Amino acid sequence: MLTTPGGILLVMAVLVPFVGVLVGLMLGGRHAQHVAALTLPAGLAIAAGLAATLLQSGDTVVYLLGGWAPPLGIALRADTLSVVMMLAVAVVICGIGLYARSDFGSVAGAAEARAPFTFWLLLLAVWGSLNLVFVSGDLFTLYVALELLTFSAVPLVCLDGRGDTLRAALRYLLFALAGSLLYLLGAVLLYGAYGTLDITLLAERIRPEPIAWTVVALMTVGLLAKTALFPLHLWLPPAHAGAPAAASAVLSALVIKGSWFLVVRLWFDVMPGVVTLSAAQLLAGLGAAAIVVGSVVALRQERLKLLVAYSTIAQIGYLFLMFPLAFDAVGSTLEHGAALTGGLLQAVSHATAKAAMFMAAGLVYAALGHDRIADLAGTARAMPITVLTFALAGLALMGVVPSGAYVAKKLLLDAADGSGQWWWTMVLQGGAVFTAGYVVLVLANALRRPSAPLPSVKRVARLSEFAALALAVCSLLLAFSALPLPGKLISNPLAPAEMGATLLVFLGGAALALGLSRRPLFADGRTATDGPLRRVSVAVGVAFEQADQGIRRWPAATLGLLALAALFGWLLKAH
Amino acid sequence: MSAATVFGLCAAALIGIGLYGLIVNPHPLRKILAFNVIGSGVFMLFGAIARRGAAAGMGGDPVPQALLITGIVVAFSATALAVALLLRLFDETGSVTLASEAPDKVQTGTDDA
Repeated sequence: MLTTPGGILLVMAVLVPFVGVLVGLMLGGRHAQHVAALTLPAGLAIAAGLAATLLQSGDTVVYLLGGWAPPLGIALRADTLSVVMMLAVAVVICGIGLYARSDFGSVAGAAEARAPFTFWLLLLAVWGSLNLVFVSGDLFTLYVALELLTFSAVPLVCLDGRGDTLRAALRYLLFALAGSLLYLLGAVLLYGAYGTLDITLLAERIRPEPIAWTVVALMTVGLLAKTALFPLHLWLPPAHAGAPAAASAVLSALVIKGSWFLVVRLWFDVMPGVVTLSAAQLLAGLGAAAIVVGSVVALRQERLKLLVAYSTIAQIGYLFLMFPLAFDAVGSTLEHGAALTGGLLQAVSHATAKAAMFMAAGLVYAALGHDRIADLAGTARAMPITVLTFALAGLALMGVVPSGAYVAKKLLLDAADGSGQWWWTMVLQGGAVFTAGYVVLVLANALRRPSAPLPSVKRVARLSEFAALALAVCSLLLAFSALPLPGKLISNPLAPAEMGATLLVFLGGAALALGLSRRPLFADGRTATDGPLRRVSVAVGVAFEQADQGIRRWPAATLGLLALAALFGWLLKAH
Repeated sequence: MSAATVFGLCAAALIGIGLYGLIVNPHPLRKILAFNVIGSGVFMLFGAIARRGAAAGMGGDPVPQALLITGIVVAFSATALAVALLLRLFDETGSVTLASEAPDKVQTGTDDA
């Protein structure tokens, strides 16, 4: 194995953002923004160059650090998986950079502030760490990359320095550290058993035996804690909802993808023969629970940003549905196939759509001075572009119209049919209804005619509005990724049957919104008495909220962490 | 029982003690300390593995030692970041409790953390 042509781009992808951080730190103050403005296009160009290199050679791009081959040296590798993620991250980071110019831009002559300086440097640091996660070919380098990612993400939570955001940041850091220690313990045990941490070498040496089962269980659960998959999501809602909108977009769209990507790497590339179908079923089962609980609790929220944060929990659930669908016909080995493509596409379209959604929520907050969902009436008229952005991002998340998530869903449904796992078909179809629920809830409120004229709507920067819109449109345009796919998979998306399914999703979503929303949807002006159906569904919603609060207590979540590790170990062994 | 086994068992005990502390102690500073105890356990385990994997004529496998140093630096940075956040939290709110299960509720009243 040697360094391939274009391998130097892997080093640049990691190095350029971090050089940006250091230069920005050195120049200080206002210059951080200028450094970021220079680094963002450079990073985008590097990601594009890497994609071109990969397309040209059709093989993994490799760079050996210092010319030393593993097991003695460390290799950086980029396969299709990593390059797709790097491109997506580059696009989203650039979108966020444009959006944040108004929030964190510096005005000539104004006093320097700490938050913008920190934001731009941490944005670059998150980018560099994510790229390192995508290209590392070695489990210990991956550990360092994950820690760098956490260290750059945690301060983004508390940029404004308020007490509750500091508390949210500390909870996030402590829980993430617990997760990374489990990961590190797994890595140490792997080295002890097989004498290397290089991914390709490990994949050859590893056997299904007790030490490998222990390692998969420890590492997977540690990474799930960092990804905030239900029931390990105690830190996510306050952290993602409390941060400034641009930072929330980074955290929700990108940071959690880092540890998710590593789970994919571990299961598909390091130990595809060690993991079992029953363990994958558990992983996807947690995902299904995340979809239901996250969506229902999202519907019960009073504030828009908390709603979007809970919707992130539901969307994380989606990302884990592909695992049981990616097994080969006899259910013994994980395969790179249609299901993995579907999962990857889902991650990319979620990254773009969720960033757009958080940006739209931030713009609404900036314009109205609040983000109470019940008081959004008239927003659609006052800021049509932003509400359109929210709607398009919502459609992209639902996966109903031709969008990236639609193609992803088709791929996963096909895999579910092929392997006879009908229960995941149900989850995939039903999940869209839950997503539709909270999108309909927000849009219904935003489209309502206000009873009194809106007090004062602050003008928001056009650039920010269009940056958010562009990302939402990106998520829809990902539908074109279906072009290279076999034609029979995506029949005409405007056929009556497809349109009927879309309509059903919306009707189901509207029913959920009517039943579960915190305030009755059509009750302004008159005192509506709740019907029995609404009373029952509200009771269900409250029960979900209480269960969520119970699970999000620290002792419950940490015990859940250990219990899940034990359960994974048992499911791997029982095979 | 070889020296490596003894060290391995000690490492397991440290990890267990640390996990217990991480779960039951409500105070963030104690959680940070518990994190460091678990970390020490993992590092000790790695040291024991390095000793066990020693090639002929060497005191130990050098790769784990190189990784250990990096791991210690990472754990140190994590601790520094956590303590800095904790101090800032105390400055802002006058308490260091992590319990904020219900941010909507009124947050007056004394914290006994």
